[in-house]
This record gives sequence, structure tokens and C-alpha cells, in this order.
Amino acid sequence: MEEDIEEYSTERKDTLSKFREGMIASLPIFIGYIPVAVTFGLLAKSTGLTLLETFLFSALVFAGASQFMALQLIQGGAEPIQIIVATFIMNFRHFLMSSHLSAILPAKEKPWLLPFLSFGITDESFAYLSTSHASKEVDFILGLEYSAYVSWVGGTVTGYLFGNILPPILQASMGLALYTLFIALLVPEAKRSLSVAITAVIGGLTHSCLAWLKIFSPGWNIILAILIAASIGAWIIDEEEEETNE
Amino acid sequence: MNNIKIIIGMMIVTFIPRYLPLLAFSRLNIPKPLKKLLRYIFPAALGALILPGAITAIPNYPAAAAAGIATAIVCSWFREEISLTVFLSVIVTLISLYLFGY
Repeated sequence: MEEDIEEYSTERKDTLSKFREGMIASLPIFIGYIPVAVTFGLLAKSTGLTLLETFLFSALVFAGASQFMALQLIQGGAEPIQIIVATFIMNFRHFLMSSHLSAILPAKEKPWLLPFLSFGITDESFAYLSTSHASKEVDFILGLEYSAYVSWVGGTVTGYLFGNILPPILQASMGLALYTLFIALLVPEAKRSLSVAITAVIGGLTHSCLAWLKIFSPGWNIILAILIAASIGAWIIDEEEEETNE
Repeated sequence: MNNIKIIIGMMIVTFIPRYLPLLAFSRLNIPKPLKKLLRYIFPAALGALILPGAITAIPNYPAAAAAGIATAIVCSWFREEISLTVFLSVIVTLISLYLFGY
């Protein structure tokens, strides 16, 4: 009986210490999210969302790029269904990340935690977990993900409530923070693969053309641009590279 | 009300692809052409999100935006650290805006 208690408490300590290690590892993500999350809060307010809606956006969706896209589309008067379809297409990449995680997780010992673990998957935490030295234990991953989550949701609410206190010049500069986050996600990938770089450029140019032509609504523009560029990238540009990567 | 609808819808379509592969436990067999397409969706989406939005991110001051974007590209090329990239670019944008008399 005593042994049992001891075992239980060491396991518990283990869980906590791994969770804490994950939190420490996510510090760069935590810090990097803050200006972007504050910008999201600010922008949501100027788009006319209520505080509750803004909070729910970050707390329930937790996928930054698509949240900004949604704000743009709401502002442009897009239909809810267009926004949801665009979000689905855009966030479907998590499917690959999650498949990858399910293959590398050491053991499926805590299945009740998996919904939480999957909810917390983001590009940033996944990028970290893809590095070879990162721990793949569930408790560690949860620490990593939810520290980022707290930063994202906290930053969003802070931005909504207090963003206006910031000097206008800083607010204007922070309008660019989101795009620099996208660039920070894209450049390391593009550096390693020319076809990824070309695909991104095609995506940008296609979207620019569609936005300029104004044939479709903004909601469809971005969906079309993503699908066109990804198809060209996957089926025309990408030839031999896949073999060397796998 | 529409916004809540959007949020709930987005939550559902974002959560399902995140959870499905872990729920299925085994490695799902995705056909290769589809896998290829999925690999390219993210860069395509990032490209479409950056352009044309970034150019007009700071109305009337495209040069300041360009300075910030250039900083982000250079910084993320050499140091793959998101927080550093975001902060440096915001600072460079701030300084440029100040110099351009914002």
C-alpha cells in the first residue's frame, strides 16, 4: 500500500515535471505569440466583434492564421459558409501534423488526453516537435501546447481591452506583426525546398490577381488561390523532391 | 449571432482534422497524390495570406511595411526563431514609420 502511494506520487511528479519542461521549451512561442495575439484582439475590436466573441475565437478555434483570415472576410462581408470552408481548407494541414504525431507518440497510454493534445496542435508547436531533440512524451507536448494557448488567449483579450492604450504608431507597426509571423513560418520551409518557395509565390500572386480582378468574393478568392497554388506545387512543380524527403 | 455561428463552425472544421488521426490510432493511409497536395497547402496558404495583405497592412506607408517585411525575411532566413523575427520586424517598422513622419 505504501509502495503504491509512493509510486503514484513519483509518477505524478514525473507528469508535472515533464509538463513544466514543455512549458519552458515553449517560451519562444509564448513570447512570439504575444504581439500577434494583441494585434488579433485589436483588429477584432475594430472589426466590430464583442469581447466575448473575440475571446471565443481564440479560445475555441486556436488557429491564428485562419482567425485573421476570418476577420478579413467578416470585414469584407463574406458569408459564414465561405469563411468556414476557407478555414477548413486552410487548417486541414493539421491533419498531416496530427498523423505524424500519432506515429511518433511513444505509447497511447493516456487516451483521454489525446483530444486536448490534438486541440493544441499548431504550426509553431509542431515545428518544435519535429526537431529531433524534442521530447515526444504526452505530458511534455501538453506543456508546450498549453503554454502557447495561454499566451494566445491572454494576448487576445489584452489586445481587445488595452490595445487602444498603445501609441498609434506602435499599433500601426503591430498591424504588420501577423505578416511577419507568416513569413517566419514560411521562410524556413522555403529555404529547404525550392518547390515550396515557388508554391508560396504562386499563392501570393494568384491571390493578388484575384483580389484585383474582383470576379469572386474575397472568401472564394483565398480558397481558389490556395487550391490553385497547392495543386500546381504538388502536381506540376514537385517531381523528384518527394523521394529524397522520405 | 452570425459571428458565433462562424466561430463554432470554424472550431468544428479545425478540430476534426487535428483529432482524427490520433483517434484512429493507426497511421491512416492517405493516397500519395493527396498527401503531396496536403504538403503544399500550407505554403500556398501562407503565400496567399502574405500577398496582397502585407503591402497594405499599414495604409499610406507601404515603404515602412516593406522595411518590416524585408527584416522578417532576412531574420527568419538566418535565425529560425519566431519571437525574434516578429519583434525585430515590428521594431524596424516602428522606426521606419517614425522616420517617414507617421
